[in-house]
Order: sequence, then structure tokens, then C-alpha cells
Amino acid sequence: MNTKIENKLTPVRIIAFVFVALWLIVAMFPFIWTLWGSFKVQADFFSKADWANAIFGFHTEKQTGNFFTIDGYYGSWIEEEFWRAVINTSIVVFFTVLISLTFGTLGGYALARSTYRYAFWILMAGLIFRAMPHMTLVSGYLQPFFAWNVWGILPTTIIVLVAINQPFTLWMLHSFFLNIPKDLDESAMCDGCNRFQAFRYVIIPIMWPGVITTGLFSFLLAYNDFTVTSMLLSDENETMIPAIASFLGTVQEEGKVMYAVAAVVSATAPLFFLVMFFQRQIVSGLTAGAVKG
Amino acid sequence: MKHSTFLLFTLPSLSVMFLFIAIPIVSVFIQSLHIEHKQVIIVSENCDPFGCETTTSVDTEASAKLKEKAPLGKFNGFKTYSNRMHFAFDEIGEAWNSSDSFIVFVKKIYNYPLYRALSFTLTYTFVVTPFVLFLGFLVALGVNNLPKLLKGPTIFASLLPMIVTPLVGSLILFWMVDGDGVIGATLQKLFNDNSLSLKASPVLTWVMLMVYGIWHLMPFSFIVFYAGLQTVPHETIEAATIDGASKFQRTRHVVIPHLMPLAIFITLILLMDNFRVFEPIISFRAEAHATSISWLIWNHLRESAYPLYNAAGATSMITIFCVGILLLPVLIRTWRDFNEKNKG
Repeated sequence: MNTKIENKLTPVRIIAFVFVALWLIVAMFPFIWTLWGSFKVQADFFSKADWANAIFGFHTEKQTGNFFTIDGYYGSWIEEEFWRAVINTSIVVFFTVLISLTFGTLGGYALARSTYRYAFWILMAGLIFRAMPHMTLVSGYLQPFFAWNVWGILPTTIIVLVAINQPFTLWMLHSFFLNIPKDLDESAMCDGCNRFQAFRYVIIPIMWPGVITTGLFSFLLAYNDFTVTSMLLSDENETMIPAIASFLGTVQEEGKVMYAVAAVVSATAPLFFLVMFFQRQIVSGLTAGAVKG
Repeated sequence: MKHSTFLLFTLPSLSVMFLFIAIPIVSVFIQSLHIEHKQVIIVSENCDPFGCETTTSVDTEASAKLKEKAPLGKFNGFKTYSNRMHFAFDEIGEAWNSSDSFIVFVKKIYNYPLYRALSFTLTYTFVVTPFVLFLGFLVALGVNNLPKLLKGPTIFASLLPMIVTPLVGSLILFWMVDGDGVIGATLQKLFNDNSLSLKASPVLTWVMLMVYGIWHLMPFSFIVFYAGLQTVPHETIEAATIDGASKFQRTRHVVIPHLMPLAIFITLILLMDNFRVFEPIISFRAEAHATSISWLIWNHLRESAYPLYNAAGATSMITIFCVGILLLPVLIRTWRDFNEKNKG
């Protein structure tokens, strides 16, 4: 009986359906449009006369002989050496996630198990640090980094991103470890383990779901960062996002907007697959802090 | 847990936060109190049969020495805060005296960079946040009504605007609203006005940035509300239905109160994220009509030949102060909860 009621088409359901459909169009259309358009020439993608040109590739066929072209990708990846930025991003993201998770698991575990008052204060300080606009921190880094001659290199950026990531990672892993019953590691300690052994043999084997979820968000923060990477990296060490931003300055004037469009699509593609494979973890991560707090 | 074990476990995490978040805040404050040394200038007079000429040149050696002696620059106190790049106290006093109406006065104030940036940042924060909350809630209700089969793909598609890099996401929209882009050109045709440009008008620029902000953050509130909707107790809904409550009444009196704590959480996160709005201004090249506080700091550091550390520092301190005010209610609440818990 219940299912019958749920499947009935009421006016409310129709309105809800239309509303969600509208939102989906708003959410998806820009991506589909840009992905399709990145395989066209500029005259089609920015076609004042007729937007249908961007779909059927009228000028693209005229200029290249085919309605489908990879000139934009060739131009950005090979000519403008976008591949360097891709390698730099991979290095930065890999190490940021690795170090963030290592520090965060240790700290989050200790915060979840400590009963003292200072654990609360550390979490509160974390919340305040989380709220700091990254730009304010960056303006404090420049002078010392120039003075110590560590500006512009990848390790500096990695450690700064780890630090900026830490408050969030700590909060998330802390609430995750609270969900693992205390009895587990305490019984291990009764059996003669010390705290480190209990962590190593009891907690580490079962912590992976929470660590993977947190890792996804660390990945996103490092991958999406523009503020830190654009201010702290020299030109040859540039990562993808600042590289795209500098494309805008140099490329647009030369009439090569399509290079930037191709680079934008290249930078979005990994995120697309990330959402596809880890949708469940992302959703649970977004709600983890909320439903409990 | 013993104090020593706790310290060992948290040491790496605490030390990076201390070194790269706490100390920079202090150093930014110190920076803001100093000002760059003036170059040491030598004035020399060259006389020849046709008359005397004074020439000025920079004494690089003396300048370098001065810099070495006090690398931070000359102590300047709070003067950076009150100069025309920031609070512009003198200029405001003058504007107040010379303006005959309040509107003229406000317009004059709006010309100073800090007030300009503050007005956009605050408007952005307080327009985008409620819209995101409200629309996210509506979409969550809608998706909750969908057949099970459609829910997964809907959530997948909804996540994209939030996951994608802000700079990239706003670029994608920027190209579409460009005069030659699909939305921009269509609008021009609709209004039959070939010069219509979303980028040229200040009002439309603000609207465009805010629409981007809503588009970017709505998935977040949608997902959290959607997860919250799954936890609404079935018994209460059933009881309300038996008592004759309509669908709207059930939503109003059962679902919304249940979701209230979530709404507070989302508001907090949204306020923090919206206050640091920065990337869309770069992507939309909106700085002529809209600047944010983060953009202002970036501009101090980047645009001039020499980075203006003192100006960036002062703007940063003002930003941190504003963030503190935004967070204060939450901090007080948490403090009270914590104390009550400890008493009980």
C-alpha cells in the first residue's frame, strides 16, 4: 500500500520533478557545452551569429576539414607546455594528500581519545584557523620565504597546503575516530599493548573508510587551490590552475582562447571521474560533520 | 590518554598549524605596522658655464644598508590602517563636510578601495548565503520525491558545480555570458540590443558574480539537507498525517524544525567560504566593478612593481577582524555548550 502512495503522480510531485529537472540543466549544461565546444574552433565556440554553429561546427569544418578538431588541446598541451603544469599538480597533490593524512590521522586519533580540556581548545583553534581567508595567510608568507630563499619551489607549497588543510582534516578524522568504539583499542591495551601498538594493530586496519573520505577532500583542496599556488610558485613550477589563469593573460590576446578552453576541460576531467567513482564517499564526507555537529 | 602520548601524536599536526597559520597571522600584524624604507636620495648640484642643475640619484649602497639594519622597514604604527588605501579617516571627514546629501557622501566613500571591497564582499556573503540555503532545501525536497532510480544520477550531476575548481567553474560561465558566447549572444538577440554586455555594467557584474556563487555552493547545502531528510523520523510524519496535516504543514512543522541544526551548520560554512570570495573576480575580470577583500590583498601583493607588504598586512588584519565578528556567535554558543556539558 505504501508503494502505491509513493508512486502516485500528485501536482506536488510534478512541480518537484520540474524543479529538479531545471536545476539539473543549470548544473550540467555549462560543462557539456564547454566540453563539446572545446573540440571546435573559436569562431564556432564564440559564435555571435548562431549558437547552433557551436554544436554542428560550421566554421570548424571550413577551417580544418572536419567538424571535430583537437587543435585546442594540441596548442595548450604541447605548444604552451601545459603538460609541465599537469606534472607539477600531480606532485603537489600527491604529497599534500599523503602528508595531510599522516599528520591528520595521528592528531585526529589523539583528539578523539583525549578527555582533557585542551583537546577541546585545539579543535576550537582549528575552527578559527579554518575560517581564515587563505589570502591573509599568504601575505604573511612572502617576506620570510623570500628571505630564506625558499619561495617558488614545490616543497614550500606542499607544506603550506598541508598546514592550511590540517584544521579541516583534524576535524573530520576526529569525528570519524569518535565513531570507532573506545573499547577496541582499550582492550588491546589491557592485553599489554602500549598506545602506539594499539593504534598500529587495532586502529589502522579499520580506519581506511574514514581516511579515504578525508583524503578526497584534501585532494580537492590541493587540486583546486589558486590562492597559494599562484602566489608561492615561480613560473616554471606553476601548477594547473595558475597556469590556466596566466593563459588568460597571454593567450587571449593572441586569439587562442581555445587553448584555454581545452586546458579548462583537461583540468575538469579528473574531477569528473573523481565524482563518478567516489560519489558515496564525497556525500558521506560532506554530511559527516553536519549530521553529528 | 597520557599527556606525553597525546603530545607525540599531535605534534606534527600542531607544529605545521603553528608554523604556517598562527605565526603568519602574527607576522602579518607586524608587517602592517611597518612601512618600506624610502630610497636614500643624493641631491647633487652640477654647475657649468650655462648655469647650475640639480640632479637626484638613488644611493643604492645606503638604501641597502638601511634595509639590512631594519629589514621590516620603518616603524609606522597604525598609520597604514588610517591611510586612504584603508579606513581613509581624513578623506572621510572631508567628504562628510563637503557633501550636501548622504547619497553623495556614500558615493564618495565608495571610491576608496577598502570600502569598495568591503561593500561587495558583504553584499555577496549576505545575498548568496540565504539563496543557497533556500534553493538547496527546495532541490533536496524535490530529489527526495524522485523515484529511487533517478536519485543517484541526480546527485552525481548536482555535485559537479561544487567540486569543480572555482577559477575554472567561473571561467566556464564567463565564456558563456561573453558577448559572443551562447548566453550573452542569446540575451543580445532577445533584447535586440547588440551592445548589451554583462561585463560592462556594474549592477550586472555583481548579479553575475552572485549567480555564480549560488551555482557553485548550492550543491553543498542540497547534499547536507538531503542527508538530513533521510533522518526525519517516520513516526512523526505519520502521526502528523493522521492528525490531518497537509504536505505543506508537515514540511513546515515537522521537517524544517528537524533540519534546523543542519541549517546553522551550513550557514556557518557558507559564511566562511563566501567571505573569502576571490577566484570569480579573477575569472570574470570584474575588478573594475567589483572587488573583494581577498582580491584587494592579492592586488597589493601582485599588481605594483614592489609588493606593498604593509598595505597587504593591514588589509589582512582587517579581514581577520571581520572573520572574528562573523564567527563570534558560533564561538560563544560552542563555549556555552561545552561548559554545560562539563557541569552536567
